[in-house]
Amino acid sequence: MSSRLASIAYNTYREAVRDRVLYNLVVFALLLVTAALLVGQISIGIERVVMVNLGFTAITFFGVAIAIFIGIGLVSKEIEKKTLYTVLARPVRRWEFILGKFLGLVGTLAVNTLFMALGFFAALFFLVRDFERSDVSLFAALYFIVLQLVIVTAVALLFSSFSSPLLSAVLSLSLFVIGNFAQDLRAFASLMTGVSRWLALAVAYVLPNLSSFNVVSSVAHSQPVPVALVLWNTAYALLYAGAAVAGAVLVFDRRNLK
Amino acid sequence: MYAIETVALEKLYVSGFWRKKKIALHPLTLAVEEGEVFGYLGPNGAGKTTTLKLLMGLVFPTRGTAKILGMPVDDSRVKSQIGFLPEQPYFYDYLTAHELLDYYAQLSGITSKDRRRRVEAVLDRVGLPDVGRQQLRKFSKGMLQRVGIAQAIIHDPRIVFLDEPMSGLDPIGRREVRDLIQALKDEGKTIFFSTHILSDAEALCDRVAVLHKGELRGVGVVADLTARTSGKVEIIWNGAEAIPDITARGWELRQTADTARALVPETEVDAALDILRRNHARLVSLNPVRTTLEDYFVERLGAPAAEVTR
Repeated sequence: MSSRLASIAYNTYREAVRDRVLYNLVVFALLLVTAALLVGQISIGIERVVMVNLGFTAITFFGVAIAIFIGIGLVSKEIEKKTLYTVLARPVRRWEFILGKFLGLVGTLAVNTLFMALGFFAALFFLVRDFERSDVSLFAALYFIVLQLVIVTAVALLFSSFSSPLLSAVLSLSLFVIGNFAQDLRAFASLMTGVSRWLALAVAYVLPNLSSFNVVSSVAHSQPVPVALVLWNTAYALLYAGAAVAGAVLVFDRRNLK
Repeated sequence: MYAIETVALEKLYVSGFWRKKKIALHPLTLAVEEGEVFGYLGPNGAGKTTTLKLLMGLVFPTRGTAKILGMPVDDSRVKSQIGFLPEQPYFYDYLTAHELLDYYAQLSGITSKDRRRRVEAVLDRVGLPDVGRQQLRKFSKGMLQRVGIAQAIIHDPRIVFLDEPMSGLDPIGRREVRDLIQALKDEGKTIFFSTHILSDAEALCDRVAVLHKGELRGVGVVADLTARTSGKVEIIWNGAEAIPDITARGWELRQTADTARALVPETEVDAALDILRRNHARLVSLNPVRTTLEDYFVERLGAPAAEVTR
C-alpha cells in the first residue's frame, strides 16, 4: 500500500474513532448484547441459540448502520466541506483518495466488529460458562459479517459517488435487505421462462448475494461452516466490493468538484 | 517557461433537466512569470474560484489548456510544486494543527524524518507555535486561515495559489496574512491570489488581472497603473476667503473647518494659485492625483473583454 493510501485510510479511521456517534453506536450494540443476555436467561435450554442469534444480529445491524451512515458521507462530506480540495491539490490521485477512504472505513468496521464480538463472547461465556470446540464456527460467522460490511461499504461508496446522501442511504439499505434474499430471488428467477427468466436472473446475479454470508442460524446450532464456503465468500466479497469501488472511482474520476 | 499559463481555457457548466448551459469562464489566455505575485481581481461571481479550480484540476476545462511550470495541470509532478489555500477553508476539525499538517506533509511525500521538523517550523512561521497540539475546532477564523497558509507551504512549493486569503478576517488578521504573503514573495515564490480587496492587491502584487462575469477585462503592472496621473492636481489650503472664487471656477471642492481641498485640472493650477495668493490663503500642499488600483478596477469592469492578455 502506498504511503498516501495508508495516510488517507488512517485519517478516515481516526475521524470515525473521534466521532462520538460511533461510540454511541458501540454502546448501543453492547446494550443490545446485554438485552440478549437477559432474554437468554429466560429461554431455558436454548440460551446459547438465542444468544448467538440476538448477538450476531445486533453486530450485523450496528455494523451495517455504521457502514451506510459513514459510507455515504465518505466523499460527499469532503466535497461539501471542501477538505477534499487541499487533498487533491497534492500528488494524490483520485483513485487513491477513494480507495484510501474505503480502506479506512473497512478498518474502522473491522475494529468495531472486534469490540462488539469481544462483548458478545464475554456475554456468551457468562451465560453458558463453557466454550465448545464447535464454537470455532462462530468466528467464521463473524468473519462473514465483516465481509458483508465490506460489500455494504463499497456499495454505499458507489451510490454516494453519483447521488445525494439520503438517496445513497436508501439505495444501500435496500440493496442490503434484497441481498439477504438473493437465494430466493435466484430461485424465483429460475422458475420463469423466456426473456423474463434471463432478465430476472441477470438482476438476481447483479445484486449482492448476501444470503450465503448468513450462517448465524447454523452456527447457533453448533453446525460447522465448510471451508469451501469461507473461500467462496471471501472471493465473492472481494470481487463484488472491488467492482463497486472501481465503479465509484470511474464516476469520481470524471466528476467536476464544483 | 511560464509559472502558470492558460490558453483559451474555458469552463461551461451544464445543469438541470433541460441541460441549461452556464459559462463560468470565457476563454482565458493568461501567463504568469515565475517569481511574480499575481493578483486575480474581480467581484463575487466573476469566475476567480473557477479559474483556480481549473488550475488545481478540481474541475475539468470544457476547452483550452492550462499548464503549470510547463506541465499540464493533471501531471502529478506539478502537484508537489504547488500549494493551495481554498476560499474560506474548512479543515478536519477533529485533528490538532500538528496532526493536520503532518497529514498534509505525508500526502505531499515528505519523509517521516523531515515531517516533525517541517511541521514545527511552519507552525512557528505562521505564528502558531504554542497551539499545535490543540484541536482545530477550538481555533478562531484568523487562526484557521493561518493553518490554511501553513498547509499550503508545508512542502515548500514553488507556486502558491491563494483563493481570497483575506476574506472574512479582521484588520489584524488581514495584516498578518498580508505579512505572510509578503514573506513568501521575498523568498521568490510565485504567488497567484484572488481577491476583491483592492488595497491588499495594491500592496502586494506585481501584476493584476481583472475578471468580470467570467471574462478577462484587463491585465496590468501595478506600479504602472498606480503611477499614472489622473490629469488633476489636489490643492489644500487654509483660509475661507478664496472659496467663492474657487467655487466660481467649477472645480471640485471640499471644506473642513478652515481647511479646504480642491481638485484642479493640471492646466489650471497657476490660475488656482493666483486666486489663493489674492485671498492671502496659506497653501498646505499641492500634489498631482495618481490613479489607484481601484480606478483601474472600476474602469476595467466597464471595459470590453481584454485582447492583449499576456
